Amino acid sequence: MDSRVNTKLLRKVLVGFIREEVEKVGLRKGVLGLSGGIDSALVAFLAAEALGPENVYACIMPYRTSNPESEAHALLVAEQLGLNYRVIEITSMVDAYFELFPEADQMRRGNKMARERMTVLYDHSAAFSALVLGTSNKTELLLGYGTLYGDMASALNPIGDIYKSHVWQLSQEMGVPEVVIRKKPSADLWAGQTDEQELGFTYREVDELLYHMVDLRFSRAELVAKGFAPAFIDLIYGKVQNSHFKRRLPVIAKVSNRTIDRDFRYSRDWGK
Amino acid sequence: MDFTVALAQIKPKLGCLADNLAVMEAAVARGIEEKAGLVLFPELALTGYFLKDLVPEVALSLDSPEIARLKELSRHIAIAVGFVEVSPDYRFFNAALYLEGGDIRHLHRKVYLPTYGLFDEQRYLAQGERFRAFDTRFGRMGLLVCEDIWHLSAPYILAMDGATTLLCLSSSPGRGLSAEESLGSTAAWQKLTATTAMFLNCRVLYCNRVGYEDGVNFWGGSEVVDPSGAVIARGRTFEEDFVLAVIDEGALRRERIFSPMMRDENLFITMKELRRIERERDC
Repeated sequence: MDSRVNTKLLRKVLVGFIREEVEKVGLRKGVLGLSGGIDSALVAFLAAEALGPENVYACIMPYRTSNPESEAHALLVAEQLGLNYRVIEITSMVDAYFELFPEADQMRRGNKMARERMTVLYDHSAAFSALVLGTSNKTELLLGYGTLYGDMASALNPIGDIYKSHVWQLSQEMGVPEVVIRKKPSADLWAGQTDEQELGFTYREVDELLYHMVDLRFSRAELVAKGFAPAFIDLIYGKVQNSHFKRRLPVIAKVSNRTIDRDFRYSRDWGK
Repeated sequence: MDFTVALAQIKPKLGCLADNLAVMEAAVARGIEEKAGLVLFPELALTGYFLKDLVPEVALSLDSPEIARLKELSRHIAIAVGFVEVSPDYRFFNAALYLEGGDIRHLHRKVYLPTYGLFDEQRYLAQGERFRAFDTRFGRMGLLVCEDIWHLSAPYILAMDGATTLLCLSSSPGRGLSAEESLGSTAAWQKLTATTAMFLNCRVLYCNRVGYEDGVNFWGGSEVVDPSGAVIARGRTFEEDFVLAVIDEGALRRERIFSPMMRDENLFITMKELRRIERERDC
C-alpha cells in the first residue's frame, strides 16, 4: 500500500463530498455519534470543515461499562471544534431490555448498544434536519467488524473508502488531538478491550493485505509470493466473504419484472 | 482563424434537464459576453452521469424543444454539448452535438461505452458506429466523448479525416489516491490529452465536469492543449469553473511545420496492415 497518501487532496475530496451530498438533499446539517475514538473524531473534523461546526450535532452516548476516557476524548473533540453536542447515556435503555434476557452474551449486548446509539442518531436526524454521518472505515467494513444497522448505519459515510492506516494520517493532517490519534483502537464494549487484540492482527498488517487483495486484485498465489502468510490470507478472505451480507441491502425475493435494486436501478442522487 | 474557446466546467444535476439547461443558458450568455466563439460542455451535461434506469426518461430526440433551444443559442456562439439521444428506433446513445449558426453541424454517438469497474454504460446505452471529422467556422474538428479518446484509433481516425481540433467532452470520476499530487485519474488524463495532441499535431479541447453523484467525485481540470502538447489553460479541480483561452491559428501552422508527423502519416501502410490483421483474425 502507498504507506503515505496525499492527505491534503483526500481532505478536499471528503470535505467536498460531505458539503455537496448534504446540500443536495436540501439540508445544511449533519449528526454523528462521537465515541472518543479516532474514526468519529476524524468525521467530526471533516464535517465541521464542510458544514461549519455550528451545523454539526455530536451525540456522545456512553454505556455504564464504557471507559470514562472515551467520553473525555469525545468532549475534547466536540469542544475543540465548537460542535453542538450532548451526552446521552444509553444505559437505561439497554439495561431495560436485557432485564428480560439476563443470559445475553457480550456480543448481543454490544450489538444492542450499537443499535441503541443508531436510533438516537436517527431521532436527532429527524429532530434537527441533519443527515447521519457514518464513521466506519474501509478496514472495518471489509472485515465486517461492525454492527449491521448499528454503527454501520448512516446516510453518508465520508471515510468508508479509507483504510485505518490512512485514517491515522488524515487525522494528523486535520488536527485531531494527539491523544485520540495515539490511543489503541477499541470498540469500548468492555474495559480493556482493543480491536487489534480481539481481531488477532494489527491494522497495519491487515490493511497491507486488504489493499493488495481488494484494491490491486492480487491472486492468492501472488499474495503468497508477496510474503503474506497463507493462513492469514485465508482468514481475511473468509472474513470479507462471510461479512458481505453486512454490506448489502436485504435480499428481495424476485417475482416481478422489475425488482428493487436488481432491475429497478437508480442512483440515490436521482433528481439531485 | 484565431478564436476564443470557453470550457464550461459545470456540475449537472442528475436527471434534471430543465435545471441543467438553465445552467447552460447562463454559461452561453457568459461565453457571448466574453466574446468566445465556441463553448464546450461536459459529457451528459444535460442529464448528469450515473443515470442507470433514468436513461429513457431523460433522452431527447434531435427535434426536441431542448435541442431546438440549444440550436437557437448557437446562432450567437458555437456549442458542443453532451446529452442522451433517443433515435427513431428507440436506441439510446450517450451523444454529443456540435451546434453552430442555428444548426446541428455534427452528431457523435459515443462508440466506446466503458463497462468495467465503476462504469456500466453498455447496460443502458447503445454503441455509436462512426468517427467523422466535420467542418466548422474554426476549421475542421473531431468530437469525442470521454472513453472514446482512450482508444488510440478514435482520435487517429479523426486526425486522418482532417480534424485539427479535437473536442473531448467528459464526465471523469476521480479515483486513485496515492502520495502523488493528483488523483490517478487526473494524472492519466493529463498525460493522455497532451500525448494525443502531440502525436496528432492537433489541439485538444477537454471539458470535464465537477460535483458528486452517489459519493463519486468528478474532478474537473478542463483544459486547452495546443498542438505541441503544451497546456495553455486549465480549469480548477473539483470546483466549477469557466475556462477561457485564445486559440492561436499560428501555433497550429507552426507546429505542423516543426513536427509534420501527420503530413507523413502513411494511410496506405496503415490500411494494408490493418486489413491483413483483420484477415488473419478471421481464420
